[in-house]
Amino acid sequence: MLNDDQVKHVAKLARIKLTDEEVKRFGKQLSGVLEYIDILSEVDTKNVSETSQVTGLTNVMEKDEVRKGQSTREELLACSELPVDGKQVRVLKTIK
Amino acid sequence: MGKLNELTISKAAKGLKEKKFSAVDLLKDCLAVIKGKNKDLNAFVTVDEEGAMKTAKTVDKKFAAGEKLPILAGIPCGVKDLICTKGVRTTCCSPILRDFVPPYDATVVEKLKTQDMVMIGKTNLDEFACGGSSEHSCFGPTKNPHDLSRVAGGSSGGSAAAVTANMCLYALGTDTGGSIRLPASFCGNYGMKVTYGRVSRSGVNAMASSWDTVGHFAKNVEDIATVLSVIAGRDRRDLTTPDREVPDYSEFLGQDVKGLKIGLPKQYFGEGVQKEIATAVMEKVAILEKAGAEVMEVDLPSTKYAVAAYYICVPAELSANLERFDGIRYGKKPAKEPKDLIDFYFEARGTGFGDEIKRRIMIGTYVLSAGYYDAYYKKAQRVRTVIVNEFVEAFKKVDVMIGPVSPIPPFKVGELVDDPLAMYLADALTIPVSAAGVPALACPAGADAAGLPIGLQIIAPQFEEGRCIRVGDFLERGQG
Repeated sequence: MLNDDQVKHVAKLARIKLTDEEVKRFGKQLSGVLEYIDILSEVDTKNVSETSQVTGLTNVMEKDEVRKGQSTREELLACSELPVDGKQVRVLKTIK
Repeated sequence: MGKLNELTISKAAKGLKEKKFSAVDLLKDCLAVIKGKNKDLNAFVTVDEEGAMKTAKTVDKKFAAGEKLPILAGIPCGVKDLICTKGVRTTCCSPILRDFVPPYDATVVEKLKTQDMVMIGKTNLDEFACGGSSEHSCFGPTKNPHDLSRVAGGSSGGSAAAVTANMCLYALGTDTGGSIRLPASFCGNYGMKVTYGRVSRSGVNAMASSWDTVGHFAKNVEDIATVLSVIAGRDRRDLTTPDREVPDYSEFLGQDVKGLKIGLPKQYFGEGVQKEIATAVMEKVAILEKAGAEVMEVDLPSTKYAVAAYYICVPAELSANLERFDGIRYGKKPAKEPKDLIDFYFEARGTGFGDEIKRRIMIGTYVLSAGYYDAYYKKAQRVRTVIVNEFVEAFKKVDVMIGPVSPIPPFKVGELVDDPLAMYLADALTIPVSAAGVPALACPAGADAAGLPIGLQIIAPQFEEGRCIRVGDFLERGQG
């Protein structure tokens, strides 16, 4: 069972602000899911390697050449709601 | 002739070619039914009437000039709102992307546009494709065209409902753990989940990168084959698409099933699967057996662990993929003035994501965090290997496998929305297929006593979509 502090810690790692009500509700629901996934301990996975992809592709190479993007810089910058300053998006100060 | 929007792709294409009606006529019939029914069904979240009309007119001009056009020319298509469409709002049905207008097309959309597709609009889904009911959408749930009190399935519920309601002739969706097959089954149409890597995912918002696939819904198997032949293949912008030949999938139509070895995974007909559903699927299997197919039981013993493995692996990948949504480069910035950059992130994500996304990001963050990585994530990836191997073994004995799509019929709107675990179990028979990265075609298999659709899935080895089409087409013809 996840307690409130654990839920808040995970939410902090994930950069998600939660209300007190959400902490309680998600705590209960996440505990249920974690309890359920414990079923995996029944599976013998000794000497089994991990699957991270299924089609067996390795080292897919492309020619090292300059290609035109699908969008212009201006179009991409226009996706931001923040002020655009030259070629960049202006964000709040990161270093004090 | 009925209304034009009720036609299949092949029939509509023939009518257009023979100038029995125009692409504008066809589009108008689709738009009329959207206007009449979308308020109830909530299948479309954006209708691009102007853009669609412009394309339809262009197509009509080309036909009038005697140009030879591809089969999909002038045919209205719905696109899941997870898939980027240049200049047309793409929200992923999430508050954080509510006003996002992509400056480019996804590869699938680009490919279909070269065929003069008429992109009629964007369809509803569970936020960022996370869910099995299309209820987790910031635009509200999609309803089932067969019973408005029930869900359409998810996450591609809008696309499925739109095809069943004849709002478009086919639609694009995505399937990570059942998101095409489940809604196809719940809405009673055909849904193709392709082999991992068969169709490019470039321009499609990522959920779980080692599971995600792009596919489609249609009214019959012939149309499934037509669209697949266009959208499949290698893409330089998605390097998980292998450089394998794309067959003309229509070559698999009209064949018999004599001598074909069909496996029935015993776990797909056992505990937890409603009897009525299992019986309906077995009736279809009997048709194949009568036609000379060899039917045998196969064993996929780890089926019951697939949902648990999925709910570790997928949230883990998703929590990383969704890190990019911070309200800076795209998406909504916080409504409240943040005090610093960290606060900006917390506000943008706290208000920008719905419940299911928050839940999954937190599960993913938890299982990847220090101290839990080995116990959860690595373990789940190993269980995935066990599941993959069972499919490999089974396909040494059989050519295809058949089972139900969903163990339960379409449930009521609101019934499972606060019980995530119960909702996850609706995907118990679709998730293992996704874990193995193999293709499966969802096909109608009759209805239950309440008149709700039942669906079966034809599962084939990797890159053998043609086998799904061969068997699905045979069953469709057998149905008369």
